[in-house]
Amino acid sequence: MKKSLLIAAVASIATYANAVEFDRWQADKSVVSFVFKQMNVPVEGRFKRFKGKLNFDPAKPTQARAELEIELASIDAGSTEANDEVAGKLWFNSKNYPSARFVSSSIKPLGNNRFEVAGKMSIKGRTQDVITPAILRQDGGSATFEGNFVLKRADYAIGEGLWADFGTVANEIQIKFRLTALAAGKN
Amino acid sequence: MKSTNSYTSVAIGLHWLTAIALTAAFAVGVYMHDLPLSPDKLRIYSWHKWAGVCIFVLVAIRLAWRCTHRPPGPPAGMPIWQHRAAEGAHRLLYLLMLAIPLSGWLMSSAKGYQTVLFGILPLPDLVQKDASLGECLQAAHRWLNFSLAALVAAHLAAALKHHWIDRDDVLQRMLPFLKQK
Repeated sequence: MKKSLLIAAVASIATYANAVEFDRWQADKSVVSFVFKQMNVPVEGRFKRFKGKLNFDPAKPTQARAELEIELASIDAGSTEANDEVAGKLWFNSKNYPSARFVSSSIKPLGNNRFEVAGKMSIKGRTQDVITPAILRQDGGSATFEGNFVLKRADYAIGEGLWADFGTVANEIQIKFRLTALAAGKN
Repeated sequence: MKSTNSYTSVAIGLHWLTAIALTAAFAVGVYMHDLPLSPDKLRIYSWHKWAGVCIFVLVAIRLAWRCTHRPPGPPAGMPIWQHRAAEGAHRLLYLLMLAIPLSGWLMSSAKGYQTVLFGILPLPDLVQKDASLGECLQAAHRWLNFSLAALVAAHLAAALKHHWIDRDDVLQRMLPFLKQK
């Protein structure tokens, strides 16, 4: 009885040590930024508020899971004028669709801490498959998930009506992310 | 036959080319500054910036020509103070014609928008994105423009005074077709 309890305790510690959930978001060490082109001029922007979690077991990277939820109203699209514009119905319609969401579905190890992350991106009521390369790094009690990919704004109806044409604002938007979270339950 | 009392045809051409280009860019600038955001606004802003870059180059060429080709002197009997005033005004015109595109370029950089000439050639950002610097440069760009507009008005008034009141050839030598009448 005593022995089996001890085994159970050891087993639970082992489980805990392997399947680490990094769910304590480090906002100051995380960045979600983007570069879009208007009239071929690269313009940088970012989101100030987002949250998410990483479930990452170094022994079983394929079972890793990443989730990200971005508060669209927290956008900095380069200028106050642009911020007001993109909140509107033609762009994010952030009153009706306040957040963008990414949930990973598979994470393929490519070796050397590099992974191919596939998942579903939902913006403005539209969900699309997204694949992005990412570097997943574990550093003591924290994990960082970093990468960039191209998102096509037309796939999510970001910029409708008079903005639908790509002549002024290009379809391709470079998204860069660096997400850092601390392991659950540790201080 | 060229006498010392005439401008080269290149100088005349450059004068009128800058006059037309500056007037157009100024009018577009006044029109575009409070447009609501739209693809047209982005296009017009880009065109205005490209025009500014071209005007800067044009003025630089004109200045190089001016430095290497002696312009005709003041008409006989013109008071020395008027000659000095004309000298000063012309120097100031050149200064403003160069400073205005420069201030626009720097303003664009400070506001976080690099200037990409014709959508092809990126010009370097000499200043980093900085909202308050952007505001300062916007004010500078505006006031430099209003100063140039005022100075151009004086330039025009002086040219007409020479033509109609002094009845000398100052306007004619920049408008050669007047002579043929």
